[in-house]
Amino acid sequence: MRDFYGVTLANGLMLGTAQYPSPAVLAEAFRRSGASVATVSLRRESGGDRAGQDFWTLIRGLGVHVLPNTAGCHSVKEAVTTAHMAREVFDTKWIKLEVIGEEDTLQPDVFGLVEAARILTEDGFQVFPYTTEDLVVADRLLGAGCEVLMPWGAPIGSGLGLNNVFGLRAMRAHFPDVPLVIDAGLGLPSQAAAAMELGYDAILLNTAVAKAGDPAIMAEAFATAIRAGQLAAVADPMEPRDMAAPSTPVIGTAFLS
Amino acid sequence: MKLQLNGARITSEAGTLADLLVAEGYGGAKVATAVNGTFVPGSARAIHTLADGDSIEVLAPMQGG
Repeated sequence: MRDFYGVTLANGLMLGTAQYPSPAVLAEAFRRSGASVATVSLRRESGGDRAGQDFWTLIRGLGVHVLPNTAGCHSVKEAVTTAHMAREVFDTKWIKLEVIGEEDTLQPDVFGLVEAARILTEDGFQVFPYTTEDLVVADRLLGAGCEVLMPWGAPIGSGLGLNNVFGLRAMRAHFPDVPLVIDAGLGLPSQAAAAMELGYDAILLNTAVAKAGDPAIMAEAFATAIRAGQLAAVADPMEPRDMAAPSTPVIGTAFLS
Repeated sequence: MKLQLNGARITSEAGTLADLLVAEGYGGAKVATAVNGTFVPGSARAIHTLADGDSIEVLAPMQGG
């Protein structure tokens, strides 16, 4: 697996922390899956209940890398300000940069994304940009200082899987040395395995686990699939062909007709 | 002095952002702050003077995907 800004992860599962039935179920999902990264966010805190403090205690107890996001930001200014606030609270240079451009699909505003990535990189951040599989945008993000790319599989929370396998395969081939993460849109472990078989380095997901009937078992299923896909990619799969090729040797076949 | 704190109207006599956080129950909490859309780091809260009409955001860790 390629490094993420010099950090070698124990595995390729980056798991979100939202939408679980309870904090205990969230913790169990991380325990069973062994996910190496937890994505987190920032929201308004009430001085009365201070709910964010308990959540932060829970996350620290997981013993994983923390990747804050800029979810909900629709402008460069919002995303940059949120990133600065996240860096102070979570004490990390890592930022999952989201600049949302369209509400129905939560598609990234790639123009704002590149601009925000450049500003944040100059400010010392290590940016994980949530982007599309567009190669030109990817190239601009790398030029802006990103050392990781995170193309979507499908719209956030849709569970549709890998909508553009050709585009994702092309991205892997075009940027052979860049760590690539599928971020968003997966619904099933088999889709994660397929992405890893393409040579991707990690999978970032949330809803598929948190909204499963049993999130902890689903988290383990994803972790297992990611490991299988990663092994398959390392093993260099055979080339597919249109016509059959007998696997049993034909030499020595008995003449029985 | 009238302020907006996380979108709610409040009245406060806090002189600085640090004073406001203590007065509103955030003392010792893990939070990040912004005033009028601009990030104010923790190290600057004690010298950041508030003015009538300021809009303050106080954010804390939350679940995210």
